[in-house]
Amino acid sequence: MPEFDFAQPTSLNDALDLFAADGEVRALVGGTDIVDQLKTGRRNADMVVDVKRIPELQRLELTDDGLHIGAARNLTDIAEFPPVVSDYRGLADSSLLIGSWQIQNRAGLGGNVCNAAPSGDTIPALLSHDTVAVVASKSGTREIALSDFFAGPGQTVLQKGEILVELVLPLMQENSASSYLRFIPRNEMDIAVVGAGSFVQLNPSNNTVLKARIALASVAPTPVRARAAEEVLEGNALTDDLIEMAAVAAVESATPITDVRGSAEYRRELVKVLTRRTLGICRDRING
Amino acid sequence: MHLKVNDESLEVAVDAERTLLSVLRHELGLMGTKYGCGEGNCGACTVLIDGEATRSCITPVTSAGGREITTIEGLANGDELHPVQEAFVEHTAFQCAYCTSGFIMSSAALLDRNPSPSDAQIQSALSGHICRCGAYGRILKAVKSASGEGGAE
Ligand SMILES: Cc1cc2nc3c(=O)[nH]c(=O)nc-3n(C[C@H](O)[C@H](O)[C@H](O)COP(=O)(O)OP(=O)(O)OC[C@H]3O[C@@H](n4cnc5c(N)ncnc54)[C@H](O)[C@@H]3O)c2cc1C
Ligand code: FES
Ligand code: FES
Repeated sequence: MPEFDFAQPTSLNDALDLFAADGEVRALVGGTDIVDQLKTGRRNADMVVDVKRIPELQRLELTDDGLHIGAARNLTDIAEFPPVVSDYRGLADSSLLIGSWQIQNRAGLGGNVCNAAPSGDTIPALLSHDTVAVVASKSGTREIALSDFFAGPGQTVLQKGEILVELVLPLMQENSASSYLRFIPRNEMDIAVVGAGSFVQLNPSNNTVLKARIALASVAPTPVRARAAEEVLEGNALTDDLIEMAAVAAVESATPITDVRGSAEYRRELVKVLTRRTLGICRDRING
Repeated sequence: MHLKVNDESLEVAVDAERTLLSVLRHELGLMGTKYGCGEGNCGACTVLIDGEATRSCITPVTSAGGREITTIEGLANGDELHPVQEAFVEHTAFQCAYCTSGFIMSSAALLDRNPSPSDAQIQSALSGHICRCGAYGRILKAVKSASGEGGAE
């Protein structure tokens, strides 16, 4: 690997001082993206800051205002956290798909988000939960809706000196559920050809959709919300026909490319299939 | 910097950009941990860090500082092989054996957490390991039998 300096701050303040320094300063959580990128020259760094020892970035807690997940918390811990297992199931689905067990032990949720791959598996799940990113720099803290967080492949809106502190998922309401599915040609260790994360909240008295969220991976330069499909769902009874209409509408939000993993045409078809299936899983999960 | 490898405390002078794998092999002479792909895909370089199966080829050595690192050389208890090692020998769960130390480390970590895993759980825990010789059938049998003996430690 090319040379760089390395630091392991144990407080957020110390870390923010380091990130404010001149040059290219990069965070490291599990290193499962960044180490390979540094080795192959796809990203560079004058300084690498291991942020795993900062208490705020290890937070994993359900409070009155939502589920708080520190950016450095590893995916295994998150997928095993009881509220995630029972309620934030799309997040558990997606965390358990990333790489292998050995990768999940190391990789942080913040790493998946900040790497900002169009194919990042946890991102659609987080988007479907209306997740908010809490970001800090020496000049203070700000909140960014995750749907405004991505600027392009591998790019976020984080400014020089800013780091992601935590992700906050709003509390789950009654009669709601989420789910994530991706398609890959093998069973593990591959990048999503397409991924879809759905969230549905139903009105129990008449089966109408109170709130719907659908987000897609690997169909655009960044993970995207399928807003047209959400509109099809909201206010209407969640029948098979409605799910089918939403699945068709989701394709409107996809602007896929053709590459080695699949053609644009094939990806559009997958968007339909995965949207349909994840909505069905949400319905099954709500109905227990 | 300070490294704790196989219950031994060591001082090593290394550059921050070295990977744990490269330090284990080239500074400490622990050649049992293998270099396969160098990018986290194949599992050959798996070691335990605080008991968790970890890819040493994509772990900067500095981030392993002060934590308990266990390599294949440190898994046995003196002359007594770890039950997973025993089972791999018993079942000849290898051909060239390049992948073996990685498979054993992940299997030991699995049995430590879950002494009697199902076949599906074993397959899932080992799905990030590649065996180019295709000894998968024997490997699964070996792990299964090690779990039958009550698992790790
Ligand atoms: C074998 C293998 C298989 C994989 N499979 C998948 C897969 O199936 N699906 C998938 O989505 N990904 C996959 N990945 C990619 C990777 O594992 C994930 O993206 C993972 O979540 C990254 O987390 P990390 O903690 O290792 O990130 P790191 O590599 O430590 O960091 C990733 C990026 O985020 C930045 N960053 C980290 N934390 C912060 C912060 N707090 N503030 C600002 N920036 C920050 C870093 O500077 C870096 O640019 C795979 C990787 C490997 C090696
Ligand atoms: S050498 Fe580390 S996973 Fe292949
Ligand atoms: S025994 Fe040769 S690679 Fe597995």
